Parts: sequence; C-alpha cells; structure tokens
Amino acid sequence: MKQSKNGRSLPVVLAWVLLLALGFGGLGSLQRSASADEPRYFALQNIKVVPVSGPPIEGATLVIAKGRIAALGTGVAIPPEAWVIDGKGLTVYPGLFDALSDIGLGVAAPAESAGGRGAGRGAGGPAVTPEMISRGPQDRPASTPWLEAADELKADDKKIETWRSGGFTTALSTPTRGLFPGQGSVIDLAGERPGDLVVKPAASVEVTLNGPGGFFGFPGSLMGAIAYIEQVYLDAEQDTAAQRIYAAAPRANERPDYDRVLRALEAAQAAGEPVLIPANTSPQILRGLVLAEKIKARPVLYGVQQGYAVATALAGKQAVALVNAKWPEREKDADPEAEEPLRTLRARDRAPGTPAALAKAGVRFAFYDGGLSGPKDMLKNVKKAIDAGLPPEAALRALSLTPAEIYGVADRLGSIDVGKIANLVVTDGDLFGEKTKIKLVFVDGRKFEIKEAEKPKEPPKGDLTGKWSLAFSTDQGQMQATADLAMSPGGSVSGTVTHPFGTSPLLSGYLSANSFTFTISADPGGRPQEFTFSGTVEGNSIKGHINGPGFATEFTGTRPGAALAAGE
Amino acid sequence: MKNPSVLGTILLAGLFAGLLAPALAAQDSGVTLIENATILTVTKGTIENGSILIRNGKIAQVGKNIKAPEGATVIDAKGMYVTAGIIDCHSHIAVEGNVNEGSVAVSSMVGVGDVINPDDIDIYRDLAGGVTTANVLHGSANPIGGLNQVIKLRWGKDAEELKFEGAPPGIKFALGENPKRNNFNPPPGIPRRYPESRMGVMDVIRQAFVDAREYKKSWDEYNKRVAAGDKAAIPPRRDLKLEPLVEVLEGKRYVHSHCYRADEILQLMRLAEEFGFRIRTLQHVLEGYRVADEIAAHGAGGSTFSDWWAYKMEAYEAIPYNAAMMTRRGVIVSVNSDSAEEARHLNQEAAKTMKYGGMTEDEALRMVTINPAIQLGIDKRVGSIEPGKDADLVIYNHHPLSVYAVAQKVFIDGHIYFDREKDLAMREAQAAERKALLEKAKKAAEAEKKAGEKPGADRKPDSEKKPDGAAPPQGKDEKPKEPPKPPQQVAVAGFLD
Repeated sequence: MKQSKNGRSLPVVLAWVLLLALGFGGLGSLQRSASADEPRYFALQNIKVVPVSGPPIEGATLVIAKGRIAALGTGVAIPPEAWVIDGKGLTVYPGLFDALSDIGLGVAAPAESAGGRGAGRGAGGPAVTPEMISRGPQDRPASTPWLEAADELKADDKKIETWRSGGFTTALSTPTRGLFPGQGSVIDLAGERPGDLVVKPAASVEVTLNGPGGFFGFPGSLMGAIAYIEQVYLDAEQDTAAQRIYAAAPRANERPDYDRVLRALEAAQAAGEPVLIPANTSPQILRGLVLAEKIKARPVLYGVQQGYAVATALAGKQAVALVNAKWPEREKDADPEAEEPLRTLRARDRAPGTPAALAKAGVRFAFYDGGLSGPKDMLKNVKKAIDAGLPPEAALRALSLTPAEIYGVADRLGSIDVGKIANLVVTDGDLFGEKTKIKLVFVDGRKFEIKEAEKPKEPPKGDLTGKWSLAFSTDQGQMQATADLAMSPGGSVSGTVTHPFGTSPLLSGYLSANSFTFTISADPGGRPQEFTFSGTVEGNSIKGHINGPGFATEFTGTRPGAALAAGE
Repeated sequence: MKNPSVLGTILLAGLFAGLLAPALAAQDSGVTLIENATILTVTKGTIENGSILIRNGKIAQVGKNIKAPEGATVIDAKGMYVTAGIIDCHSHIAVEGNVNEGSVAVSSMVGVGDVINPDDIDIYRDLAGGVTTANVLHGSANPIGGLNQVIKLRWGKDAEELKFEGAPPGIKFALGENPKRNNFNPPPGIPRRYPESRMGVMDVIRQAFVDAREYKKSWDEYNKRVAAGDKAAIPPRRDLKLEPLVEVLEGKRYVHSHCYRADEILQLMRLAEEFGFRIRTLQHVLEGYRVADEIAAHGAGGSTFSDWWAYKMEAYEAIPYNAAMMTRRGVIVSVNSDSAEEARHLNQEAAKTMKYGGMTEDEALRMVTINPAIQLGIDKRVGSIEPGKDADLVIYNHHPLSVYAVAQKVFIDGHIYFDREKDLAMREAQAAERKALLEKAKKAAEAEKKAGEKPGADRKPDSEKKPDGAAPPQGKDEKPKEPPKPPQQVAVAGFLD
C-alpha cells in the first residue's frame, strides 16, 4: 500500500475502513494480512484425474498444499486443514500451457501487423529515424536479447485473467519487437506483483525474420535477416573463444570488445535455452531447419502450420514444433470476388491436420495462441486439430507437459504429479468437449472459481448506460462509489465501478426486464474478491443489494448527469 | 467431413494432383527413349529422325536407330524437335522476400540461396517455356550485391533440391544508375546512401576488396600463429560480408555484374584486373558492342537482352545487334530474361539475333543453352545434347526458333517435370478440387455460425472480443509481407535487373 511521508493519506484510511467492513466484518485484526488468510490447503475428492504423465485415475483424491500437489491417488488421507471440494462428476487436468505468447506484457494487439505470431511478429515499433538506420550487422539492428519478459511483466494485464479463466495457468511470454526481441519467461497466470508470476525468467531466445529497415536500414530483406542472425551467432562463437583466450593471456592480444547482444546470447546458449525460429509454410520450415543448423541450435520452430507437408523432415532433424493454433482464415475484408490460389485453399484446409501429422511422425510439438483472442478460441481450434486426426491425449500433452519439457520446467509443472506446482484446471467433462465448462482453476495452488457470464432472461426495460452515483452503508458508516456503465441493446452491461479501493471493470452484467445484476472484482486488501450488485432500475434511479464474501448491504444510486440533461 | 461426396472429390483430386504435380515420376524406370525426333544437339549439329536414350537421368546415347532397351519408356516424337533445356542466365524467380538487400552498398553477406521459394509458380511457368536451369540473382541496388544461386527448375522439389549441385558459386555486382540510385529517393529525413555517382560505385567496390585483402591477411596471420603452436592467438571474427570477396580474389567465386554503359564496363574490368581477378559475366551489357574487343580480351561473358532499350537514361544507346556483334568479336554471349514472363519464350528471344545480326540457327540456340552454361561454369553438365550430360531436354512441336514453337514436354535429369497434355488434364481436376474445398469451407463456416446461434452457447465476455485487423497467418503461396513501404519506392524502374 502507498504511504505518504506525513502519514496515511485519506484513500488509504478509507481503504482500511472498508477492508474491515467488507473483508472481515469487524472480526479480523487490522494488522492481519489478507494473504495469510488465504486458503492454501485443498483436497479434491472423488475426482477423475488426468495426470498426462500417466493414465487417468477415477475417483481419486488430490491434495494441494502450499502451492504444490501434496498427494494424489485413491485412499489418500485428507489433511485436517484442507478445504475439501467434492469432485464428483468433475475432471482435473494439468493447467494448460500457452507455448508462445505475450500474456502479462500488456501488449495491445498490433493493428498494423499482418497476423499473429509467425507473421507480424517482430514488426512494428517506432518510426524509423536517421539515427536508427542500421548500416550492417555490426550495428546490431533491432536486437535486445538481454531483455527478459520477466522484467517487463504487468500483473494487471487483462490477458492474464482472460487466459486463466479458460484453463491456462502457464505461458511462455516473450518480448515481441525486433529481430532478437529478448528472452521468454515461463510465467504462471496469477499473482499480485510481476515477480509472483515468474517460474523461469530466462527460458527461451526468440528470433524473428522481420527486419526493421525496408530500403532504409539493414536488414531490409528476408535474406538479410537470415544473414544477420547467422553473423551474430558466428560473432558469439568468436566472442566466447576470445574471452577465454584473453582471460588466459591478456598480454598476448588486443582487448576483445564487449558486446551486450553477444553476451546475452552466449549466456542463453550456455544455459541451454532453445532458440525459437519462425517458420510457417513448408519452404519456411525447411529453411528454418537449415538456419538452426547454421547457428548450431537445436531446431525449435514456431508457426509450422504447413507442417503436414514436411513432418518427416522435421522428425528427421528431431525438431520441435510450436504450432500456431490460429488456423489460417480468409481475411475478413478480402475481396469476395477475388479467386484465391488453389494452394492457399489447400493450405487452409490442411493446416489443422498439421498436429496429427506431427504426432504420427513422432515430432514433439506444443500449441501457442498466435494472437487468438482468448482461450475459448484456442481450445476450439485445438478441437479442430483433434477432428483432423490428432489423438486427444496428444492434444492435451501439447498443451501441458510438452511445452514444459521444451522450456526446461517439466520437473516442476506440466503434469499432475506429487511435488509439482499445483497448476490445475477442473472441468465438468472432457476438456475438448463442446459443452464442457471449466469450473475451477488452480494456479500455484490458489483457487479461482470460473463463472460463466449469465444471459438476460428477458429483454431489457430501461437503460443502464451512464454515470451513476452509488451510496451504501457499512458497519463503518456511509460509503460512496460511482459506476460508469454501457448497455448493449440486448441487455448486457459493461463498464467500470470506482470504489474506495480503485476502479474495477465489470466481469459480467445484464439487465433483464428492469432487474439488473453485475459483478466486479475488488481488492479490499490482499487478494481480489468478487462483489455482485443486483437490483432494479427505475428511470434515473437504481436500488438493490451488494453481496460479497462475508458481506452484504443495500445500496441506492442516481444518474445525476442524465437527470440534469432531462431537466433542461 | 460429413459429406462423403465432397470428401471423396477432394481425395480424388488430391490423388490426381499428386500423380501429376511434382516429379511426374510415374514412368520412371530410369530408362527413356525419345525417338523419331529432329534433334538439335546445339554442339554436334542436327539429327533428323534421331533418338535420345536417357538412363539414370543422363543422356546415354544420341543418334539414329537406337533400339529401346527392355523396360524403357518410349516417347514417339515424330514431327517434333528436341533440344537442350533452356538456361536463363539472369533470373529473379523463386525468391522469397525482397530480392534486394538494398540497405547497404555492399550486401555480400546475403545469399539468394537462403531464400529459395520452391512454391513460386513462376518456376512452373518458366519450366513450361522450356527453361530447365536459371541463374537466380540478387537485385542491382548495390555495387556489390548478394550471392546468387543456380537452380534447376525441378518443380515440386524442395528448396535444397532445386539447387544445381556443383554449380560454381557467384555474386552479383551492379554499376550505374541502380547502385547510385538516381531513380530512387528516400523519404524526407532519411539520408541518401553512398554512393551517388559512378565514381562512388567504383570506390565502394575497390574499398571492399581492400578490406577483403586485409581480412584474408588477418586470418593468414592467425593461422600462422596457430601453426607455430601459439595457444594465445585469438581467432579473427568470421565476416560473412568479406568471405565471398576473398573467394572472388582467389578465383573461387564468379562475378556477375549488372552494367550498361561502355565506360563503366571498362572501369569494372580494369578494377578487377587491378585486383587480379576476372569478371565472369557482364549482365545486360547493353553497350557491350562498343567495347567487345576489350570484353573478349578480359575473358568476360556477355549476357544481354534481345531488344530492350531506352527504359532509362543509361539504356538509350542499346541496339538489338548487340548480341551478334559481341559474338563476332569473340565474346561468349547469352540472351537472358531478367523477367519471369520473358523467360517463357527465351527461345524466341534468341531467334531475334538471327534477324538482328545474322546469327545462324545454331549460334542463336547457343545463346540460351550452351553459352549460358559456359558462363555459369556448368557446361560439362548441361547446355547441349551429348552423351554423358544431364538429360535436361525440351520437346517442341515446332522448331524452337519459330514463333509457333510450344514446349510439349520438359525433362530435367531424365524426369518429365512439365507435360503439356497432362497439364491440360490437370486443370479440370484442380477446378474440381477448388470447388470442393470452397464448398467444404462454406459448410464448415455455416456449421460454426449455427453452433454460435444455439441458445446457451458460450458467450464471450467482452474482454475476449478480439481486436479487428488480426489477419490470418501467411498462406503457403502468399508472398511474404514486406513492411509497408513509402510511396517513393513503388515506381522504381528497372530495379530488379
């Protein structure tokens, strides 16, 4: 919490007051931190477990203790401190792993980019100025391999919650701009502070082939980008040797240069971090294999949507594939009259068959989002791969254990095994089933309940759009909040509520006839909790209840702006 | 896949395409006999009613009355003409991405061989015009450009398999307006690249070779220290830009230089002689007729257009007699395309030298077969119909120097890579496949839409709404998207040549 030099500021005092009112109902001590109160022991009983590392177990008990999986099996003793959850009819899978993403980096979708990862990645950035023009490899254009995603994380990135709600507990998040954008970090998708998220800060090195320059800076072509990458790795090799020899005989040689780009790559190489190379079409894939050989790296390619055509070649080189799950589509604003080449149609038809082909050829692969908007689209697209012949077990593995192996964290996550991090997703059926709902997600043993957005039962009567002033009473007296809402013609409500703890976006909301309900997640101290506002609207006034964990009160509200406008 | 008929069509069409498309290898017993043909051997005269026996990709026998061995595929070429596959000494097909690394004056660190795109449809189109080998060059934006790649047009094979194995490596140079960039202005605020004059172009080339010599020296010194047992020697940095230039100095890499004017041609040859190497080919060389004796004395080949001129200032003094005049002065001359379209009728481009300059039929044919093979150092393998050479052959329905000539079958390494009859048949199958794929996609989209409308179907929270403008990833044959270019770049005349 913020604390001004001359004592507590007014909002802080208010916060403490409301914390008391909302969180602990006056029972708890003011000094007690919320996280200490957070349950850390769970037991899922009578549940089907799909560990991925072994065969499924029916009617099992899974015990979570302090962030890790403490016990698993039938007839496992439940520790007395555990919060017992009856898992009848539920299935627990390892938390899903997005193998290449920008989750947590607060990156807005690049509007100018030609597509998701593998297409537009690496492009963009600030406009080129004369000082930025690279005149050759020696200028190290668009190269920042020392950056680690872990140092750039924003714990409040909306994507974290979006993906977590869809069952994704883990991601490889990497910086996005440049030829060597930086190193990827394995992150868990929950935490208050950026550092809480980080499982492994330096887990991968990514290269892209999108030069910054056009005709105005090196590299301005695909062949230039390839030559650049090759040169940088040659330089790194020479730098390693030069450092070693110079350290042994400093008086026998001219002092070698220091180059931050090379040192970062050498360190990554020494740590065995995979180098991720973009390759989507079959010629690009084969070219990627050649490039990997040139830079003496184990081939790990991303994109790989035409892997169906070259699966054998990938297997032959023992390559690893990160498959972009954003299957190719006809561009939405494409000329409807334009006739597409047959090859484009074929590629579009066959792309979802790539994972099946890779599995059959024995190529290790994982899925990544490729700029898909959310986890539902991702699972839907993985389902398409299953429909095209990928065994569901292989699909699940490609979303859990395999990416963990690729990034060297399979010893701590990626499957349900005793001792591993308790990253779990609990569903009411088969993970890839059309009607399956995700009920719970555990990230580092922290429980997140997933609520489906409800739909209005009747068409809305009235309009919630506008700025509302809300008043409600607590044990501590009268409180104020404002709600800035927007309602769609169908009745769904979105917007924000500003309250003493900050501003929270609506998680869900709707107006059915004149009854409304909307939910926010507010953080009265320690950890976020959900509060639901429900009631009725009558012209420019609303009234109803606020309900939260251990908290309930009544509220009233008016729409002063609208009243004013109406008064004129 | 709920519609079996659609699925069936796709499978059938795919099967059909698979049979026809790449290697067309159905009749590969390894032995083929082409008989009853008029054979234009290029180097050994014309054989009427002749036969060519192909074994294991090579020409085994050429002559009259060759009996078909058992199991051989026999092609009756009655009334047809067979000649060696056409070699295009200046091409830019099958390149993925920008063909110029134009950001720097010396771009010898880049290589076309790194970015061969075997799916480029121009390969198939040029193949259909009888081209079997192409010298794929970097563009002409730089005094010293990137490395070239000689390929065989083995349509259906992957990039590495297209490469002409054993072809001597080369590099592109360029002189005149393109490298000094007269016809090209950077956007405001971006400085012009050096050089901006013909003097500057020569300076860049000379400086690069001075650097290359120094580079070579640093390695020689290092190797000497190591050989003397000095364990404290730090290896020099390997420089991908200078390594190919060292190879040029050592005569291990061919220089193919874009040029137009007589003065710059002389300048370049003299510069090369100063550094002790030879220019292998002068490309375009439109004023070559003015300095043909000097070119012949230097030992450079000339690879020119049949009759393009005046498309920019430095091309005003071109004449269509150029190829013939250089030939008469002892220069090995080829006629090239520099264009995926032009390449499809290089045989007729060569024929123009008969009208302009009075070349004989054989001399004209040589311009697109054995002469470019000599220029590229691959004449032991291709360029004429002789026993022992690669079976790269074209069967034409008319004399290849006639305007009526249409390639019927094109062989590379003894395999048929283009067959006009089969191509025509394939079009129908492909139309059916296209229709089936579109229908399948339409049905899938409808099914998805229907599922989305179902009551109780998952609704995306607003936070998941996707920002528009996220285009699908690149399809197989879409050209890679270059970063948006400023408008000044759009109308750059002759930049590829």
